Amino acid sequence: MLALSYFFDDRFIDLDYFFEWGTPVPANRFNGYTDYGVGIGLRIPHYEHILTRKPVVDWFEIISENYMVDGGRPLEVLDRILDQYNVVQHGVSMYFGSASDPDPEHLKRLKHLVKRTNTPWLSDHLCWGSVDGRYTHDLLPMPYTWEAVEVTAERVKHARDFLEVPVVVENVSSYAEFHASEMTEWEFLNEVVEKADCGILLDVNNIYVSSKNHNFDPFTYVNAVPAERVAQIHIAGHSKFEKYILDTHDHPVLEPVWQLYARAIERCGPTATLLEWDDNIPTFDEVHAEALKAEKFLAAERKKRGLDRPKEDTAKPLSEMAGAGR
Amino acid sequence: MNERRGSELLDIQRKMAAAVMHPLTSGDNMTRRRRDGAVNRDEADAIIKPNDRLTSFERLEIYNRMYWFRLYSCFEEDFPGLKAILGSAKFEKLMREYLTERPSKSFTLRNLGSRLVEWLEKHPEFVEPRRELAMDMARLEWAHIEAFDSGAEELLDPDDLMEIDDDSRLRLQPYLRVLELRYPVDDLLIEIQSENGSSDSASNNASAERKTKHVRRVAMLEPEEIYLAVHRQENSVYYKRLEREDFRLLRALLNGDTISKAIDTALDGSALTEEERGVFLQQAFASWVRLGWFPRQTSNEQQ
Repeated sequence: MLALSYFFDDRFIDLDYFFEWGTPVPANRFNGYTDYGVGIGLRIPHYEHILTRKPVVDWFEIISENYMVDGGRPLEVLDRILDQYNVVQHGVSMYFGSASDPDPEHLKRLKHLVKRTNTPWLSDHLCWGSVDGRYTHDLLPMPYTWEAVEVTAERVKHARDFLEVPVVVENVSSYAEFHASEMTEWEFLNEVVEKADCGILLDVNNIYVSSKNHNFDPFTYVNAVPAERVAQIHIAGHSKFEKYILDTHDHPVLEPVWQLYARAIERCGPTATLLEWDDNIPTFDEVHAEALKAEKFLAAERKKRGLDRPKEDTAKPLSEMAGAGR
Repeated sequence: MNERRGSELLDIQRKMAAAVMHPLTSGDNMTRRRRDGAVNRDEADAIIKPNDRLTSFERLEIYNRMYWFRLYSCFEEDFPGLKAILGSAKFEKLMREYLTERPSKSFTLRNLGSRLVEWLEKHPEFVEPRRELAMDMARLEWAHIEAFDSGAEELLDPDDLMEIDDDSRLRLQPYLRVLELRYPVDDLLIEIQSENGSSDSASNNASAERKTKHVRRVAMLEPEEIYLAVHRQENSVYYKRLEREDFRLLRALLNGDTISKAIDTALDGSALTEEERGVFLQQAFASWVRLGWFPRQTSNEQQ
């Protein structure tokens, strides 16, 4: 076994934990060297259940924008959640691919929240959504061009440098393709993350949705992604219409998506996984049970790799599990 | 980072945004010809590939519809009282015109209605014939949003009082809003919120019944001049009726007037006797301190 150690964020980290006979496990520099397990999105209908019942959950993902306010109940609830759970920030309006300049006020507010949550990494989408200061509030698809690679990578780097936290980008589902595209979506993703030197939030449901809308093999996509950069995986449900599939996040995860997830885990190792359920939200227990289906894939991969995840400390960052003091 | 001139990316994004943010037809479809004369089929064909199931126009239309459905949903959630006053059809028309003329300039949907009152003042035709009632409701609903999640600062310390005199300027909590209204829309909004949040909200019959009750309640609402503080206690938003003098005093303080000038403004034209004025001021300040409306005052703000 390699005998490695490392200082990260003033903490001593024993890298022996991360390498088993030279096989990299998912804790990497893109997810702050954590092993978070299975989380779910923190949603308003579940607030009361979580705060009163205090269910055991590996981690919660929050939508950053919901808490980028100056006060009131959103921040009160967030602080109570932060007291007891690990929280990771996920954004919906950074618009790394927008050609117009980013809003400095947005980044300032985001940094304020990052300090509050101490999120080990921060994700947002590989898309655009605003132009000339006007916001569509949607995750619009990119034309996969070399110019777009430059613009997007530059903005990801700018955000990471300003926020001082690892930034990872998520592939979006899409319903349109551009004549201007010069490469495939996965080639575009790979070019951006290499150029920005950032991690990936791999959304396997989005890959499935786009594969059906654009007629490509979703496994080709999953197999092309640089596994060592995958910091987190999203799973979700979608809705089928006559001529296209919509990424609606209002259903359980469908079997073809689980198959893609299995392949992603096989390639990337047991990676932090998050179930998104944003519409027609059922009870907390139903959502959590659906998310925990991912455990069987993660456990199988851990077993295959001879890895054990310390059960008692599953909700703590590896930097804390490493045990050494500051 | 500087905006890229002559950028193909910027050009594509401007073209797509123009189509996506353009109002839908009454049937909720993408319009064939835009208000600026552009033909959407040509615009779509120029940038978007068709596939074996959908034309370029149809693919672009998916985004156009999603944009409006998302905004409608958010706007309805923020302004249920205005919708109850206008009815669904007029509310949708207002929403479409407002969001077309005042597209979102904020990263967050929370601010979608931030320019509604200002826009309605320029476009009263969208709220006729219940113009004053609708305007009052829009003001109250936006104040509610502001009171819900604006900042709250550390409370005034008794030691701070030693440094306050007639020429001091007293700051108030950032979440506090005061309104002068011509209709008792606070009662109406509480009723609507209460009904919308009822457990039978999934029932169509209950929904129709609620709608009828809203219409009846709105039709019966008589004008009544009220003064209102929209504030927050333990992170819940409350509406507190104020006397005319309370309102004028708070508004003057919020405008940054000194205490003495604010008091003069508040009592100008008041029917209170000299004796009653002293009691009023004492009770008003004591009540507002108890409610936590005064944050700590920094020394330069007291001057």
